[in-house]
Amino acid sequence: MNEVKEISKENNSKGIKPVEETSDDMKMLDDLTSSEYKWGFVTDIESETAAKGLNEEVVRMISKKKNEPEWMTEWRLKAFRHWLKMEEPTWPNVHYPKIDFQNISYYSAPVQKPKLNSLDEVDPELLKTFEKLGIPLEEQKLLSGVAVDAVFDSVSVATTFKASLNEKGIIFCSVSDAVKDHPELVKKYLGSVVPYTDNYYAALNAAVFSDGSFVFIPKGVRCPMELSTYFRINSMDTGQFERTLIIAEEESYVSYLEGCTAPIRDNNQLHAAVVELVALDEAEIKYSTVQNWYPGNKEGKGGIYNFVTKRGACRGNHSKISWTQVETGSAITWKYPSCILQGDYSVGEFYSVAVTNNMQQADTGTKMIHLGKHTKSTVVSKGISAGRSNNSYRGLIKIGKNAEGARNYTQCDSMLMGDRCGAHTFPYIEVENESSKVEHEATTSKIGEDQIYYLNQRGIGTEDAVNLIVNGFCKEVFKELPMEFAVEAQKLLAISLEGSVG
Amino acid sequence: MLSIKNLHANVEGKEILKGINLEIKAGEVHAIMGPNGSGKSTLANVLTGNKSYEVTGGEVVFDGKDLLDLDTETRAREGMFLAFQYPVEIPGISNATFLKTALNELRKYKSLPELTPREFLERIKEKANILGLDETLISRYVNVGFSGGEKKRNEIFQMLMLEPKFVLLDETDSGLDIDALRIVSDGVNVYKNEKNAFLVITHYQRLLNYIHPDFVHVLYKGKIIKSGGKELALELEDKGYDWIKTEEVEIDKA
Ligand SMILES: Nc1ncnc2c1ncn2[C@@H]1O[C@H](COP(=O)(O)OP(=O)(O)OP(=O)(O)O)[C@@H](O)[C@H]1O
Ligand SMILES: [Mg+2]
Repeated sequence: MNEVKEISKENNSKGIKPVEETSDDMKMLDDLTSSEYKWGFVTDIESETAAKGLNEEVVRMISKKKNEPEWMTEWRLKAFRHWLKMEEPTWPNVHYPKIDFQNISYYSAPVQKPKLNSLDEVDPELLKTFEKLGIPLEEQKLLSGVAVDAVFDSVSVATTFKASLNEKGIIFCSVSDAVKDHPELVKKYLGSVVPYTDNYYAALNAAVFSDGSFVFIPKGVRCPMELSTYFRINSMDTGQFERTLIIAEEESYVSYLEGCTAPIRDNNQLHAAVVELVALDEAEIKYSTVQNWYPGNKEGKGGIYNFVTKRGACRGNHSKISWTQVETGSAITWKYPSCILQGDYSVGEFYSVAVTNNMQQADTGTKMIHLGKHTKSTVVSKGISAGRSNNSYRGLIKIGKNAEGARNYTQCDSMLMGDRCGAHTFPYIEVENESSKVEHEATTSKIGEDQIYYLNQRGIGTEDAVNLIVNGFCKEVFKELPMEFAVEAQKLLAISLEGSVG
Repeated sequence: MLSIKNLHANVEGKEILKGINLEIKAGEVHAIMGPNGSGKSTLANVLTGNKSYEVTGGEVVFDGKDLLDLDTETRAREGMFLAFQYPVEIPGISNATFLKTALNELRKYKSLPELTPREFLERIKEKANILGLDETLISRYVNVGFSGGEKKRNEIFQMLMLEPKFVLLDETDSGLDIDALRIVSDGVNVYKNEKNAFLVITHYQRLLNYIHPDFVHVLYKGKIIKSGGKELALELEDKGYDWIKTEEVEIDKA
């Protein structure tokens, strides 16, 4: 059985009457949306940036800059050669001018001392930047319970709480450090979930990735605090290629958070990250993202192209991987955090809120690949479109022939604000085992004028009313996020949607 | 408290209210009756500032303020409350969160501090008790999956929580069983005092046995064509609207 369905809903369908916008309304909309992106400042810091362009020399240069061993350089080169043979994908439901890969710089790093031993040695400008973003790196100031790895222009600048984590055998460091200090782990797992042959951007990332976070939780250990990586793009015309690798050994547990922002720039910037998760027997990985890259201005100028490959392998029996994401930023998002459910009774979850406003485009969703017996997956996707944006859900549920008794439940809801935006759903279902059960539910609704009026009538202003309604709509996803992150996500949603209902 | 003069309003370019005049003083209860489609709910929507309704003429003064100048939420904060004929559902937001947000908005407007969680809870308990409201309804999502009667009861519960000055009840009695009707009416009567006022929209004289109106008005084709005391409701119940319609034709001719 092979079923491919396409459901596409534009907002001018029957029953929704376009509201005429007076110039006053337009003005108000403009005023409100111009309160805009609050993380758009640029840090003035000395950086070492490679000349634009990509060839084998550049790949070697990056590897050399990072003092990598020969095997790593070779791996990069293989990936690069493979990339040259690949075609840029065009199947996502997003539209943008062709990217000139020779007009991008593939390496940029803040100039700093060769080896950092403590935070005192980090450039104070950098510390200030993260402080301004609400991410203090000084450990005594941190919310207890969160260890942070700060990545600035793809280079890890500081990792907190390293020592206390080390005591439990937990490794939390930059990928660069892991290549040097834990080569056996990196060799074993890097590219084992997302091989460089996987797709165009994964190949590019493997060739030129500059840094990212590495997490290793040994057998039987519950990570005592949330681990978090905060990504910040600063330099202009620089591609961002981080790589994150998380390994949870048998019966271990980790909750990992990822946040991202970028300055306001007129031109588009490419961000092509790879995230690999490996969960062994009875291990659990919870991966949460609040993605807030610069989305471009209202006319669609500038903004990040976010083309990311995220995949988790539930290798062990009874293992579990959950992806929770709140996507508000980026000009274009192209991202499908996936789970390969190999172990019997393994569980994959995907909870997503994707917000698009103005000219943003998002094509996002998940792939749940059921291979083991009695594997279970849950997909809850909430898409909110405002302005002239387009928001697509694309999901693949695949049940392999040995996946006896596999179960999937997918719920996919779209909310439209105004009548110039679009919501689309592309569910793909491939079932090879008849004892499995796959359920798919989808709804599309327009934010109700009557709901807003009802709340207004009780004294609640329109902005607050919209926030209440949207938060209600996203409830099932927000409750999956760690507490502070959920609060953050709600605020972000409020800012992203400011003025979208006039 | 509320003075409506020659109010005209359109819905989708069609004139629905064709010159309404009404004076309501503090401490009074007015009832509006009238056939389906005569404009009763439209009047409620216009008074609360629903943007789908366009005011084309007339004026409304509420407590000395030009009501038509204010947006919906400001009118609400000034003390205007509508118990909806069809309360909407808001998934994902609990009744408690909703009420807390609303109450705090009203208090902020009056420069009062927010209620503490304990004060809020006590208030909820007290008011729910008056209406015999099942406490599980308070933690459930706003109106989602509520029965018709529960929705209506929830509207009155909100009224008790928010303590408005002026209350519009739009067919709050419809869909209520006999017991619920009595309970809801009791809720209204408990709240009624010399400082507030009510405008009760209903089709049935039955409700007026519980909530005693000082005045009864008949709305017909966007105009108030007859006003009287409580006995007018009885007369309508008895004779229907036809006799007034005939009378109105007489008036038109004259
Ligand atoms: N939002 C709207 N869109 C279109 N027409 C409307 C709208 N609201 C009211 N109308 C029309 O205005 C007229 C008056 O409606 P209204 O709801 O005020 O009547 P009503 O007196 O409350 O009737 P009922 O007793 O049935 O509740 C009707 O013809 C109705 O169809
Ligand atoms: Mg009505």
